[in-house]
Amino acid sequence: MNLLEKRPDSAEELETINDALIENPIISARRLNFWYGSHQALFENNLDIAPRKVTAVIGPSGCGKSTHIRVYNRIFEQYRGQRASGEVLLDGENLLSPRTDIIALRRKVGMIFQKPTPFPMSIFENVAYGVRLHFSFTRKELEQVVEQSLRAAALWDEVKDQLHRSGMALSGGQQQRLCIARALAMSPEVLLMDEPTSAIDPVATARIEELVLQLKDRLTVVIVTHNMQQAARISDYTAFFFQGRIVEFGPTQKIFTNPSHPKTEEYITGRFG
Amino acid sequence: MCGWPACRNAFPGEPMKDAPRLSYRNPAGRKAMEGFVRVFSTFSALVGLFFLFWILWTVLKNGHSVLSLKFFTSAPPSPGEGTGGIYYALVGTLKMTGLAALMGIPLGLMAGVYLAEFGRQSRFAAAVRFCINLLMGIPSILVGLFAYTLIVLSVPRHYSGYAGAFALAIIMFPTVARTSEDMLSLVPDTLRESALALGVPRWRMITGILFRSARRGLTTGVLLAVARVSGETAPLLFTALNNNYYPRNLSKPTANLTVTIYNYAMSPYDNWQKVSWGAALVIMAFILTLTLVLRVLLRERSRS
Repeated sequence: MNLLEKRPDSAEELETINDALIENPIISARRLNFWYGSHQALFENNLDIAPRKVTAVIGPSGCGKSTHIRVYNRIFEQYRGQRASGEVLLDGENLLSPRTDIIALRRKVGMIFQKPTPFPMSIFENVAYGVRLHFSFTRKELEQVVEQSLRAAALWDEVKDQLHRSGMALSGGQQQRLCIARALAMSPEVLLMDEPTSAIDPVATARIEELVLQLKDRLTVVIVTHNMQQAARISDYTAFFFQGRIVEFGPTQKIFTNPSHPKTEEYITGRFG
Repeated sequence: MCGWPACRNAFPGEPMKDAPRLSYRNPAGRKAMEGFVRVFSTFSALVGLFFLFWILWTVLKNGHSVLSLKFFTSAPPSPGEGTGGIYYALVGTLKMTGLAALMGIPLGLMAGVYLAEFGRQSRFAAAVRFCINLLMGIPSILVGLFAYTLIVLSVPRHYSGYAGAFALAIIMFPTVARTSEDMLSLVPDTLRESALALGVPRWRMITGILFRSARRGLTTGVLLAVARVSGETAPLLFTALNNNYYPRNLSKPTANLTVTIYNYAMSPYDNWQKVSWGAALVIMAFILTLTLVLRVLLRERSRS
């Protein structure tokens, strides 16, 4: 099978089957293309992200799902040769525009990575680090922000007596929640999660899934996952990526029970990927 | 199907057809070779150890008798009579090494940052990396000659501790740059990304997160560079020269340990030769201590 080598070659193949109309999307990608050097990884992606909902991004390895969300906070720019074209609107403004203040953008759009990445400092400092850069708080206010963020990340009860221990000393699942607390402390509007549970054990995974559902009240979550059950459990909308394009987008229930595109069906029933 | 005994077991009970007759090689030759390589390599390792301990022993035997607190705090003796110490040379070496570190370490560290964070795979970075490797391999006496023509021969036209420090800084620079780059490259990219994703500007990500994350490795590089230059003689011969007076500042020829060892060891005076042994012991002990500190640092790093 040369599924992975085939490139879309006609306009129809680029068309996304869209079963959901998102009103007032917080992020809309329009004709987003992406290149790693001369290799094109995304083709004409159009996607609307519903505010205060969880959108899951699924698809086989190398399909471009991580690449796609890495455009939303422009983290890709740190690497030579990676570039994006098209538009990504956040609150109506194209975040790919050179005039965008990248530091303000990253305050609004937080990101959680596959492996937990606590900074080499205390638990308190881990959460306070980013806050200090963006806001001027008194010590007392800062302590409150740290406490609230740790509470919101369901970590407070476990660490409240050891805030000055190193963040690296926590378990994998706790480290990941620490990273979530760190991101929440910036009061972001959107939280991008790039396979946040693929490196941690099932119990810790369950806690993080629970946490994602709670976070929906206050922010928008876009989560890349390889775990189909996870997508079905926690997301409201699902986008299926294949070979750099968005094949199908719709309400999660529809995608998982009655997918429109044969590729989507093949993937979610485990026939490839 | 093959005729190897190992394959036969795969189909027990099945008769082998056309199995080749097995003929075993005589293992005696291989065993002898094995024994020879083992003995020879062990012997070679022992030779290294033997000479190290011989040197340590000789220096210790000849140097320990002059060692005392007074040795560190008194002026060198007059030729041929009396006892004295290495106070001036010690101060001169410390001052020059310190000044060299002030110049060489920040530059080396920043070059390492450039290579690991900004240049990375670019052609320019590859060229810089190549040049730094070359610089590391340049004999230190050439560095001394370079500092001689550049500084000593220009105004004010005399030997000085500044020229010595400059030469030492040039020797420190590539060591610090290389180890800094290596240590920073060990920090995973996801840590960089997660700092940047918080909206941390790049320079703060480097100074606040990367330096902290790689601090043991960076310290190792710095100590390595200090250990290396503290034993250098050749670059100082052409620059700092030596002096029998207290090095108040570095604008004149400056007393230092290594050239003192060199000069006094070559002198016909018994008491100077003694001082030379003592100074050699001091330097050796200093480098040994630094190396031990390095080992401890590195061991803790791999543990955490």
